[in-house]
Amino acid sequence: MPAPAYRYRDNPDAIRALVRPREVHRDVYIDDEVFRLEMEHLFANTWVYAGHASQAPNPGDFITCEIGGKPLLISRHTDGEIYVNYNRCAHKGTRLAGEPCGNAGKMFRCPYHGWAFRTDGSLLSVPLRKGYDGTGFEDMPMVRGLAPVKNFRVYRDFIFVKLNDGGPDFEEFFGDSLSTIDNMVDRSPEGRLILEGAPLRYMHRCNWKMLVENQTDTCHPMVAHESSAGTAVRVWKETGRNDRHPAIELLAPFTSTYKFYEEFGIRVWPNGHGHTGVTDSIHADYSEIPGYWEMMAEAYGEARAKAILGDIRHNTVYFPNIMVKGPIQTLRVFLPLAADRTLVESWTFRLAGAPGQLFARTLLYNRTINAPTSIVGHDDLEMYERIQTGLRADGHEWVNVQRLYDEDEEPDATVVVNGTSERQMRNQFNAWVRYMTLDMTGDMTGDMAGDMDPAAAAPNQAPAAGAERPVA
Amino acid sequence: MGAPGKAEAGSPVTAEDIVAFVYAEARLLDERRYEDWLDLFAEDGRYWIPAEWDQTDPVMQPSLLYEDRFMLDVRIRRLRGVRTYSQKPNSRCVHVLQQPSVEAMDDAANSYRTWTPFHYVETRSDEREYFNGWARHDLMLEGGALKIRLKRIDLVNLDAPFGNIQLFM
Repeated sequence: MPAPAYRYRDNPDAIRALVRPREVHRDVYIDDEVFRLEMEHLFANTWVYAGHASQAPNPGDFITCEIGGKPLLISRHTDGEIYVNYNRCAHKGTRLAGEPCGNAGKMFRCPYHGWAFRTDGSLLSVPLRKGYDGTGFEDMPMVRGLAPVKNFRVYRDFIFVKLNDGGPDFEEFFGDSLSTIDNMVDRSPEGRLILEGAPLRYMHRCNWKMLVENQTDTCHPMVAHESSAGTAVRVWKETGRNDRHPAIELLAPFTSTYKFYEEFGIRVWPNGHGHTGVTDSIHADYSEIPGYWEMMAEAYGEARAKAILGDIRHNTVYFPNIMVKGPIQTLRVFLPLAADRTLVESWTFRLAGAPGQLFARTLLYNRTINAPTSIVGHDDLEMYERIQTGLRADGHEWVNVQRLYDEDEEPDATVVVNGTSERQMRNQFNAWVRYMTLDMTGDMTGDMAGDMDPAAAAPNQAPAAGAERPVA
Repeated sequence: MGAPGKAEAGSPVTAEDIVAFVYAEARLLDERRYEDWLDLFAEDGRYWIPAEWDQTDPVMQPSLLYEDRFMLDVRIRRLRGVRTYSQKPNSRCVHVLQQPSVEAMDDAANSYRTWTPFHYVETRSDEREYFNGWARHDLMLEGGALKIRLKRIDLVNLDAPFGNIQLFM
């Protein structure tokens, strides 16, 4: 018999043992079973970003996405409201909508047998329905239409979904961290964002969490980006030009000193959220866009406009897998595809009612920093992929996250710390353990056991004793 | 303006010159002669890879890349840099071009345009990425030599996710 296939399934103690106060076990990045459990538990128990309502402004508009490996269909119904259903025909299972977004007209019509569903997901019609007469059709769940996702929330047009019923409600999960989304939306004189333009899609052969951790890793830019931002600044100096080059304006701050990052601060929030750039940020010194200030002052009054534009937060991580840059109006979504494969989609927002030059800068930032053609992106991806392969090495099985660790630090506190702290990474792993184990039973019962491969049914295997592998 | 591909009598540049230019440009890239390649760009020349199909605007619509000579120089210097770890080992590339079609020759406007379907492979270490699309060259005469005013690359699968694209198509 081969070794038991499952080490972590239904073994919350083994999951908990992967995270220590100052380090995490490499299995969180490289183990296929941990990845599958993240899809089943972490991405079902948390509020996960699914799309932006500005992508579906009119009745019949839809957006498709996947969360935790499940295909979802978000649609705007004739009542003007957003609905979220599983993207699966209630009949045979066909994925109903095939495009990333579009307009379905009055109904989603299954391309296989023509079953039709209203844009709220309810069943509209079935061809040759008399064939179901007397078969008990009315008692079957498909009569109710598409399977709905009950827990979703449209917050200032950001659509978040929680697939499972358990866990915290939306406000409790995000708490004060919503202030970053608020700030980005408030930067529009009309208080509205329009998601515009195709996302830049960048494939990474690494674990998705490396990307999320990188968003608040302030000790890498001056090292990893010496080749891109460092070269850009050096070549610019050689030109002797005195004007401002728009790309240099965006790249140069990546060469900021340790002192700058130490002082700019990191704020952590409960449930794994946090942001860099509390008192200063790499986005603080961009050129003024003519006319924008006047529009903001007119819309909000000078004091409030100043407060909105003075909040120059750098990267805000919304746990588990998105990052928002308010001052530059970008959204990065880290889509987990496998333990060693992550698709990064970088989206851009237009500030409704603001000068178009702001959107031009947002697009410039996105292609300069987040594109598969970005020299900054090349630096980062090289590091992630080296980690993904480096972690196979034996000797060290743990990954260090202890910069500025304080043994008295409380999990789930709201606190501002030194900007080079790895507190936010520890904050993310604290939340990771909670939402991985939230609905994980300690033994195999009922449905769970039924799902098991019989060959691997040795229940609740503890990790191999004596190995470096964490033992619960 | 003459018929596409036909030089007017006494024209300063022939269709053959233009086609030869496009082939030579790709060869410089394959041979890693990036500095010589950069010299082919006009002072205000741009290199553009749109991110949307039928894109019309490089800056108000998302592009994968839209850069001037300065930023292209930065890229080249980075490729040569000693601390450029994503180039350890170096990338290599090969262009396979269909014969460029001369789309426009306008001596009066100093404007020449070609359209060139291509296959492009970029490889590094054990990895090989394959790209396909159409190159559009907008050329001009500057100091008696053909220069690139705009090189536009439309990838057939521009909406697909890509890994690193570190060299030039």
